[in-house]
Amino acid sequence: MSVHTPIYLDYSATTPTDPRVAEAMIPYLTQHYGNPASRSHPFGWTAEKAVENAREEVAKLVNADPREIVWTSGATESNNLAIKGAAHFYSGKGKHIVTIQTEHKAVIDTVRELERVGFEATYLAPESNGLVDLEKFRAALRPDTVLASVMLVNNEIGVIQDIEAIGNICREQGVIFHVDAAQATSKVAIDLEKLPVDLMSFSAHKTYGPKGIGALYVRRKPRIRLEAQMHGGGHERGLRSGTLATHQIVGMGEAFRIAREEMELENARIRRLRDRLLAGLQDIEEVYVNGDIKQRVPHNLNISFNYVEGESLIMAVKDIAVSSGSACTSASLEPSYVLRALGRSDELAHSSIRFTIGRFTTEEEIDYTIDLMRKKIGKLRELSPLWEMYQDGIDLNSVQWAAH
Amino acid sequence: MNSAVYLDHNGTTALDPRVLQAMMPYLSEQQGNATSRHVFGRGARQAIDHAREQVADAVGAHPSQVIFTAGGTEADNLAICGMSATRPDGQIAMSAIEHPAVTRPAFAMRVRGHRVAVIAVDHVGRVEKNHLDAILEKPTALVSVMLANNETGVIQDIAGIAETTRRHGAYMHTDAVQGLGKIKLDFTALNVHAMSLSAHKINGPQGAGALVLDKRVDIQPLLHGGGQEKGLRSGTENVAAIVGFGAACELIRHELVQRTGAVRQLRDQLELGLKALGAHIFGAASGNERLPNTSFFAFPEIEGETLVMALDRKGFAVASGSACSSDSTEPSHVLLAMGVEPDMARGAIRVSFGTGNTSEQLETFLTVLENELQRLKRLTAVAV
Repeated sequence: MSVHTPIYLDYSATTPTDPRVAEAMIPYLTQHYGNPASRSHPFGWTAEKAVENAREEVAKLVNADPREIVWTSGATESNNLAIKGAAHFYSGKGKHIVTIQTEHKAVIDTVRELERVGFEATYLAPESNGLVDLEKFRAALRPDTVLASVMLVNNEIGVIQDIEAIGNICREQGVIFHVDAAQATSKVAIDLEKLPVDLMSFSAHKTYGPKGIGALYVRRKPRIRLEAQMHGGGHERGLRSGTLATHQIVGMGEAFRIAREEMELENARIRRLRDRLLAGLQDIEEVYVNGDIKQRVPHNLNISFNYVEGESLIMAVKDIAVSSGSACTSASLEPSYVLRALGRSDELAHSSIRFTIGRFTTEEEIDYTIDLMRKKIGKLRELSPLWEMYQDGIDLNSVQWAAH
Repeated sequence: MNSAVYLDHNGTTALDPRVLQAMMPYLSEQQGNATSRHVFGRGARQAIDHAREQVADAVGAHPSQVIFTAGGTEADNLAICGMSATRPDGQIAMSAIEHPAVTRPAFAMRVRGHRVAVIAVDHVGRVEKNHLDAILEKPTALVSVMLANNETGVIQDIAGIAETTRRHGAYMHTDAVQGLGKIKLDFTALNVHAMSLSAHKINGPQGAGALVLDKRVDIQPLLHGGGQEKGLRSGTENVAAIVGFGAACELIRHELVQRTGAVRQLRDQLELGLKALGAHIFGAASGNERLPNTSFFAFPEIEGETLVMALDRKGFAVASGSACSSDSTEPSHVLLAMGVEPDMARGAIRVSFGTGNTSEQLETFLTVLENELQRLKRLTAVAV
């Protein structure tokens, strides 16, 4: 058995670009360099054709009309455009927004920005398994609720929300429904013809495409309108100005084509690996899986290792590249707000690791990881006074710690 | 198709093979998210930091002043919306010849209560300083004047305009997208608060740009989220494009003099030929500084779009206006602002030279142009 370390198990932070995607992009970096907005020469026409082909591929993966796909620079921009764009356009109806505490920062911070300019927001707590309670969601909607935003797949714990049921509640109440699906493409099937969703955000670099490109689905029937957030040359029917990065769009199209054709087989393989990882770790004492294990994408495993200090844990497992929180917050030492929202203690949140498996993960890498984790957890606990107290049967919650 | 001669470098440019080479590792094996703390993430972060230094070095700025964006349009939007949002009581002033990436966000800010003032330009495309002075009598949040115009190539006295603007306590922004790589840029000497740049106009990739920003400026972000770029531009960094932008900046730092010399020679040769054919060249006047690669011209009684199509059939890619508006048949707003008659403006054609253009290509171009002009004139005569 030979594995090359460090082993990449952080596919939810970003995925490597699939070699087929890179290959599709290269011609648009070398010979076809036209500006797709240039209508007066073939350099522009070739670029435009490639952009439209890619739009079709993106639409096909989610069963939408290509005319419903708007290119953006990534899911963060898609989320900003969807939420601010719809909230401002429909603010005549009301100024209340409902979202979930476990949303990505790109949703939470965008809603906070709207609060700053006069909107009100409800940040609904999920259940302890990370899923939204439908009755609580229904109760959070008000007559002046204009928009709800709920992610399809959570970036940290991988749980899948019941978007169809939540969307139906929104439809009943006449609330516009936005879904952040950045973590969902290639992991769960999405059928926008059936789903009661008005706006959906996509990212390429979480689905083996390039960074710097994403898309927003904007429903045509019934038509959803948005106030543009990026103004200029009037690209993307005025919804999103700025020269389109043709090679990146081509890359996203190719990545989404591969996802459509291969996701079923791929997910079966990834699920076996994830289950193998779980089986190898779950008999360690005092470990807790975060988030519902059934209603969850196959590639995610998020586990808290009790009585192990989070920072030491990350340092100890340098042979694997994993995340100890969402990539976007891992630069700070705050415990993950997602895990806190599930009711996990700060300690358990700090000692959590997110393993995310992907296209290029091998069984050998999983076995190496299991072996490494078991050794390191054992060693760290040997050094931990808390673990010793726990072993001695002391209830740590009853200990009065001295201030110093 | 690509045997055609590309004379539209103000629209976009081909990626320099050396830039592609610098990007390749980030399109294939080095694949971290720059926010991740493991070795893959740190590799991406270092690459971005290096590119930030390369961009800063090319424009006389400090690396900490460089905020990466998805391109020039986003940099302009960030400057216009972000800087005026923190000064709700002041108007937004901009020149009459700005790119839509400046004018559209400025007009969009009217719904937030901002007035927009448009500064006139003279017949050669230079900002009317007296008009600017008059506009600045009113409380002003921000003045935005482009460094070099994308259509005419006319260069503004940005340092002078910035001095006036600062005296009135307003922020000064310049869209320098067309200036980068064609003339020497020095953020400090220009004395502006913010300056927009784009990678794909300098043989870098599409999908990367930057706002160079004085850190003392109070500005609000456009994109909210993970807090990248010191909270001013959330969203996972486009590592490959940023690396490409850095590499392209490094190249212009070394090659600017040589490149501008080459395109200036071509442009001057072109304009000699154009004058002989009876063209009117917009913005060309002694003492009026223009980009060395750009020529914007018209022939009386020849429709621009028709000539562009005719040249295209002969294998020459030129523009009839700015790329962003080239699907509309409205005459160029830049020329109208300069007082050019609408009929004349509709005839306008832009040739913009860049890397790869040769004087042989130019000779052929002039011959083809002469033939096409004669053919079109005959057609017009028959029609009448």
